[in-house]
Amino acid sequence: MKPAHRFQAEEISAGYEQHTILNDINVEIPSNQINVIIGANACGKSTLLKTMARLIKPESGEITLDGKAISSIPSKQLARVLGLLPQSPIVPEGISVADLVGRGRFPHQSFLQGWTKKDYEAVAEAMEIMDITELANQNIDELSGGQRQRVWIAMALTQQTDILFLDEPTTFLDITYQIEILDMLTDLNRKYGTTIVMVLHDINLAARYADHIFALRQGELIAKGGPSEVMTSQLIGDLFGLHCTVIKDPVSHSPLVVPKGRYHV
Amino acid sequence: MTNQTIDIIIAGRRQRRRRWFIVNSLLLLLSFILCSTMLLLGSTFYTVSEVVRALSGETLEGVSFAVNTIRLPRMLAGLFAGFAFGIAGNTFQTMLRNPLANPDILGITAGSSVAALFCILILQTSDTTASIASVIAGLVTVALIYLLSRGSSFSVGRLILVGIGIQAMLSAVISYLLMEGAQEDLPSALQWISGSLNGSQIDDMLPLMLTVLICTPMVIVLGKHLSILELGEQSAFSLGLNTDKTRILLIVSSVSMLALATSVTGPISFVAFLAGPIAKRLVGTGYSNVVPAGLVGVNLVLGADLIGQFAFDARFPAGIVTGLLGAPFLLYLLIRMNRRGSLS
Repeated sequence: MKPAHRFQAEEISAGYEQHTILNDINVEIPSNQINVIIGANACGKSTLLKTMARLIKPESGEITLDGKAISSIPSKQLARVLGLLPQSPIVPEGISVADLVGRGRFPHQSFLQGWTKKDYEAVAEAMEIMDITELANQNIDELSGGQRQRVWIAMALTQQTDILFLDEPTTFLDITYQIEILDMLTDLNRKYGTTIVMVLHDINLAARYADHIFALRQGELIAKGGPSEVMTSQLIGDLFGLHCTVIKDPVSHSPLVVPKGRYHV
Repeated sequence: MTNQTIDIIIAGRRQRRRRWFIVNSLLLLLSFILCSTMLLLGSTFYTVSEVVRALSGETLEGVSFAVNTIRLPRMLAGLFAGFAFGIAGNTFQTMLRNPLANPDILGITAGSSVAALFCILILQTSDTTASIASVIAGLVTVALIYLLSRGSSFSVGRLILVGIGIQAMLSAVISYLLMEGAQEDLPSALQWISGSLNGSQIDDMLPLMLTVLICTPMVIVLGKHLSILELGEQSAFSLGLNTDKTRILLIVSSVSMLALATSVTGPISFVAFLAGPIAKRLVGTGYSNVVPAGLVGVNLVLGADLIGQFAFDARFPAGIVTGLLGAPFLLYLLIRMNRRGSLS
């Protein structure tokens, strides 16, 4: 089991250039759980994720890991605890799946070292978890979107971090692949205790897979907690300006948001 | 985790490494053949034993002068400059993930050329001063492109467009310098600006050789970091890479090599552009492209020089031959990228 970490964002405000997107946010990420950030477009959920993953420097406030400011931790050392899968990772041209997945070992390797036994094991393990062993020696350009996403997650897994951030890992995927990816992330969490923090667009999938939900509106955190406490028709109304009713998902027994519209009331 | 998976991965990596070694050995062999040919062939043909004896310091009438003073410097200039062009071009193309983003198109080579021409034609300085000035000018050009293409977010497309603009501007400056230069310096300046191994002297070679010997290991060692940088800023950063430091080290070492090579041979067009993509095609998927790109550069320059010397009635500088090869490739690349929609 991965060790527990205290990961906190304290009073952070952040944004791009003059544009403030996050306003005084306080978040503590429950360790060894699946955490999902939800909210409408442009509410700052991706910014919050990127700020916590230190891609964006907050204008004020501090992100701490076990009580230490992450800005004071050497970047390679931090990269062994904290991993990130960006929303649309850049695909380098002409590289095999195994070599790409192996690049996730970078923070564990010293300057001139080649692949060690540990590196091979980590790559093999990640590829088995994501079920891409047969693709190992294929060129990444030849894969489908769903396969590629599994390769990217495998690369993040070889980094073997305790905490993994994912920015909309299921966007652009067919529903089958969405479920597949989320199941695999759940495996990862159940089996190894990896803390997962992700942004998801689909609120029903969020309700189904999350242990803990953070709801963001216009750069402010308006609710947090387990899906069944947080996901009420009132909160969804506040978040998205959507009339809806919330029922129990007959399959997963998590809350299921059923939207209303002008024709369906 | 099963050992079977590990075996599949090991087998694949071994196969790719084998291909890498074979490709490099063949490129090395071809370079050796071209280097030897350059020593043997000239206005007169000398035998292997004559050339070896001349090189080892024996005085043979005619042979010693031709081999040691003309052919050897010419061969060394092609060897080291070709290697430098290949590595520098590949570094930029990999770092910016776009074959168009190479020092020729971005105007970095032109920046170095302007400085070297200005020093030699107008200020009449020594060659060493010209070399140093061309390194500085190359780096200043990079900084300028970077500053001008900076927007709310980084875009390689914008960087390339700004680079093309700067390149056009610098070409105008080169034409101006050629007009202002003293009449008697013009023929050699014109030959230099089209990229030629003619008139290379052994004394000019030392700074270039030293720079290549210092910077190449640096770029090779940074190869792993370059492959992380290739994943994009966000991934590289979350893997714990100090992206700014890596970029600066890579830029300084490749621009130094490029600028010194340019100050010796002039801008041999398209070598920095072609070497990386050709090497990548030869090596195949995902193995370090640094050394093969350098070797392809060597073969391009030496091959072009030999073709320019012997294939036609008149003698053409290497840069004109590579230009003829490179221009169609540029068109091909533009058409292919436009189809895939990756130009924007």
